[in-house]
Amino acid sequence: MNLQTLSVESANVALQANAWARVRRNWSVRIGGAALALLVIIAVAAPWLGTVDPTLFDAASRDLVPGQAGEITTLDGEIIKHKFLFGSDSFGRDIYSRVMYGTRVSLAVGLLAAMLSLAFGIVSGLSAGYLRWIDGVLMRIMDGLMAIPAILIAIALVAMWRGSLTTVIIAIAIPEIPRVTRLVRSLVLSIREEPYVEAAVALGTPTWKIMFGHILPNTVAPLVVQGTYICAAAILVEAILSFLGVGLPPDIPTWGNIMAEGRPQFNQYPHNIFIPGVFLAITVLAVNILGDGLRDTLDPKMAKRV
Amino acid sequence: MLNFIARRVLATVPVLAIVAVLVFLLLRLTPGDPAAILAGDAASADQIARIRIELGLDQPILVQFGIWLGHMLTGNLGESFYYKVQVTELIAQRLEPTLSLAALTIVFAVLVSVPLGAIAAWRFGGWFDRALMGFSVLGFSIPVFVLAYILIWIVSLKLGWLPVQGYKRFADGAGPWLQHLILPSITLSVIFIALIARVTRASVLEALGEDYIRTARAKGLPELRVLVRHAVANAAVPIVTVIGIGIALLIGGVVVTESVYAIPGLGRLTVDAVLSRDFPTIQGVILFFSVVYVLVNLLVDLSYVFLDPRIRY
Amino acid sequence: MSVLEVRGLTIALPPGGDRREAAANVSFTVDRGEIVCLVGESGSGKSVIAQAIMGLLPATLPVTAGEILLEGEDVARAGAPRLRQLRASRMSMIFQEPMTALNPVMTCGDQIDEVLREHTQLTAAERRGKILDIVREVALPEPERIVASYPHQLSGGQRQRIMIAMALVLEPALLIADEPTTALDVTTQAQILKLIQDLQKRHGTGVLFITHDFGVVADVAHRVAVLRLGKLVELGGKDEVLKRPRHDYTRMLIGAVPTLQPHGRSAEGATEPVLRTVDLCKTYHDRGWFGRRREVNAVQDVSIEIRRGQTLGIVGESGSGKSTVARCIIRLIDPTSGEVRLHGVDIARMSAAELRPLRRRVQIVFQDPYRSLNPRRTVLEAVIEGPLNYGVPRHQAIERARELMELVRMDPGSMSRYPHQFSGGQRQRICIARALAQEPELLIADEAVSALDVSVQAQVLELLEDIRTRLNLAMLFITHDLRVAAQICDHVAVMSQGRIVEYGPAAEVFATPRHEYTRALFEAAPGRDFAFGAA
Repeated sequence: MNLQTLSVESANVALQANAWARVRRNWSVRIGGAALALLVIIAVAAPWLGTVDPTLFDAASRDLVPGQAGEITTLDGEIIKHKFLFGSDSFGRDIYSRVMYGTRVSLAVGLLAAMLSLAFGIVSGLSAGYLRWIDGVLMRIMDGLMAIPAILIAIALVAMWRGSLTTVIIAIAIPEIPRVTRLVRSLVLSIREEPYVEAAVALGTPTWKIMFGHILPNTVAPLVVQGTYICAAAILVEAILSFLGVGLPPDIPTWGNIMAEGRPQFNQYPHNIFIPGVFLAITVLAVNILGDGLRDTLDPKMAKRV
Repeated sequence: MLNFIARRVLATVPVLAIVAVLVFLLLRLTPGDPAAILAGDAASADQIARIRIELGLDQPILVQFGIWLGHMLTGNLGESFYYKVQVTELIAQRLEPTLSLAALTIVFAVLVSVPLGAIAAWRFGGWFDRALMGFSVLGFSIPVFVLAYILIWIVSLKLGWLPVQGYKRFADGAGPWLQHLILPSITLSVIFIALIARVTRASVLEALGEDYIRTARAKGLPELRVLVRHAVANAAVPIVTVIGIGIALLIGGVVVTESVYAIPGLGRLTVDAVLSRDFPTIQGVILFFSVVYVLVNLLVDLSYVFLDPRIRY
Repeated sequence: MSVLEVRGLTIALPPGGDRREAAANVSFTVDRGEIVCLVGESGSGKSVIAQAIMGLLPATLPVTAGEILLEGEDVARAGAPRLRQLRASRMSMIFQEPMTALNPVMTCGDQIDEVLREHTQLTAAERRGKILDIVREVALPEPERIVASYPHQLSGGQRQRIMIAMALVLEPALLIADEPTTALDVTTQAQILKLIQDLQKRHGTGVLFITHDFGVVADVAHRVAVLRLGKLVELGGKDEVLKRPRHDYTRMLIGAVPTLQPHGRSAEGATEPVLRTVDLCKTYHDRGWFGRRREVNAVQDVSIEIRRGQTLGIVGESGSGKSTVARCIIRLIDPTSGEVRLHGVDIARMSAAELRPLRRRVQIVFQDPYRSLNPRRTVLEAVIEGPLNYGVPRHQAIERARELMELVRMDPGSMSRYPHQFSGGQRQRICIARALAQEPELLIADEAVSALDVSVQAQVLELLEDIRTRLNLAMLFITHDLRVAAQICDHVAVMSQGRIVEYGPAAEVFATPRHEYTRALFEAAPGRDFAFGAA
């Protein structure tokens, strides 16, 4: 038989189109990505979206309902007219401005916590997967870390370190590291058994080249997917910390802080909790939908699993 | 089988040891003087010194750990700064509400999510499957406390069907006890249902793709029996595993839910302890939760013996 | 009346496939007490037809035309409840993978019992009696114990016997056997084939036997149907089809079946040995608890010699340790003891750094063409990876890669493509090119043609043979397939349970096997006494 007949056989093999083309065509990716893009625009353009400084307050404008007009005192002591689109809190702060600026904190925490835990997880996962002597000890520590519920670690760390953006991000990232480590380790262990890696060994390819040239590229897809899930979880945990009063200081505009402030008056002014709550839910939803879309397109094997 | 059980039981010992070390370090590896941080901003030098001695912070760290570990092993979690009682006693007092909430949530969530997940897998790609997947993404995304407030607002404030907040002991009557727990349990179970349903769906789907399903169908068995006796039975291990792992999620949820619904349980105690910088209580509660988590997962591992004969022999 | 009559069966494929129909206008019959073999290469649609008869096709593969008459009743149009009644009672099916076709969390007895509970009104005691009877009938030892066992406690052959028991317990008129012995070792395969024939004769069952192996066809078939890309190209009696095939495709297929006769090339010749192993051992330790330790001797005292320009075959069943030998030689795993002498230099215990300059002299081609190439790298990158490792300038390596692609009869212009764009046979050629890029002296082929269809297999074998002579290579050929070994090897080593039981020139070993195991192995080779026509 010649090449002609062989190519019939190749047509039977499921044709994988270029992975990125598939990603772009996926509706989950499109919807989640568009929603996230909008949120990023809000975060960046917050000062120009009809907001005032989110820390400004005015005793005369306390507890306004959404849409009510009032006044607010600037830092220079000047009193300006302002329409409180989402109402005001019990200090007379503009909730609309606080929600808009709160986008910044949520997105920053999500992104940075995901990157931080991925970075540490990749290093420790590669080490555990490739260096026998470190594997046992490292994985036992990770098991221990995983046994402590993530929120408790975050609460305890932030409580000890005092809430600042950096400490909150670190405190949220630490409990995620074991999961990334386990993922990377299991990927390394299964990929290094693949015949193409063994062939590379036989071709005399040095270990570091195998690690970075053959193994790491094949872990990118699952890691990107895992990263989006960590991002979503981090945004939620940050909001929970602030909501419980153990996160960022209450004057910093975060969605969790706005809701915490609105708790005592929930009966009369439920919007103080619902408006930032909706923003929070939409943000997390967008990240999760994006993650599901990426998983379905980049990592079909994992898509079958969960 | 005994070998398996012995191995699993022994394997939890190092995990518990590492948990102990981590919990010990968690509150000591802080920038600055832990005693000063714990005492708070308004503390005098005297108070700080007292805390330091009380916690043994003036000793070398290994000595501190030795003393601390000795206390833990004898069940001595120290005395609460704030409540001035033994932390063990504090935990015992607050255990009932949390246990009730958690148990109710798990039972409810498992009863709902496993059938839903199995049906979704069976009707893979259909409207039911897509609806369930949509719900599960939503369940993962909606913050527990936002959900709690939505439920309070609708069910308690607008409809007036259930009490807004609080807790009634089981000893004071099962009716009021349940009434106070319905909303918190539903709130808490949403994320749990989302998680278990998703994993059930995925593992049943995987089982449905196996050759033995084809065999079962070739035997002329009805679909329900194929689904339950062949697919779900083989998916049991991952389902039980995720229930165990989900306990961590549940503990996180308990902290928030108890806060919102004003339930005087361990979750509420955790938050109060952090806010009042009650160091021994924070440590005690975290240790308690972690040990419970490890033990639950040990039980989950041991349950494999009943679920999969390949482990039994 | 025929047990089964398939008339004009047409099954649609989902749009976007390489053809419109999985099966097109297929007609054949199976009579009482007859075995009809449905033969074809992968993708020919043979399994789809089997599943259509059972009514097990997914909705994506609808029957669009034709009839399937089971004892006169059209099952292609039967509703789901009627199909459920017919399955196991009038028609049964056994599958290729006995390891996965049984439910791992149910005892074998319960799985047979399910059939009886579903289709009969027997009492528990009657059912139990029937189960024990059928288990005895499929010649399983200790029926009581077997019935209470879980599938993982049984061997592959025993599991397939359970499958057969389950399929025949209600004495159906039709048994469909879908590659029932493909996953089994050759000796087990012979036993299962004999069992199917015995039972079929005793009960007068009609059997539709699906296979890709012409040796098996020669052993069991009464009549043969040949499928190609969903179309029935030839149908007739066994001797008629196998000895006097009319259709070109059948002729090509039968011509591609390697014979069991050694090629007869002189194995003698005083070329220098490239590689020798001396008492090579590999022992795995199972770290048990409470001080218990289990040792598994995967390879024991293996001494072989491979000379330039010659092919040594290691033949054995799964678990015989043949692949472990290959992996020790190429040092993917470290031997426990013994020597691996490459041109007289022992490399068995060399450190990675010492070994590095010698690595390129020994190269390997693996079994699974779908996992042997990194999916994220182009073919070019795969082929030049080796030379670049040893400092060959890039442009020179690319030039060499072009030549090699031509050598393995592939288009050098396709080197910028990714592995998934190639078929299994093409990938295997690429793997051979990748190995040759290192200019090795010894090429190891570890079951390198086992995953390929017989026609593609013949081409790759021919290619390997061509390369060996042209480059004067030493070759170590590892296979479970006696026919393949007979075709390509100059010397043969037969392995069983980690040891070499027989070792000598291929012609001698095949003509006068001395060891008992070798004889049993040859005995079991399907279709060994059958003279195929078109060869």
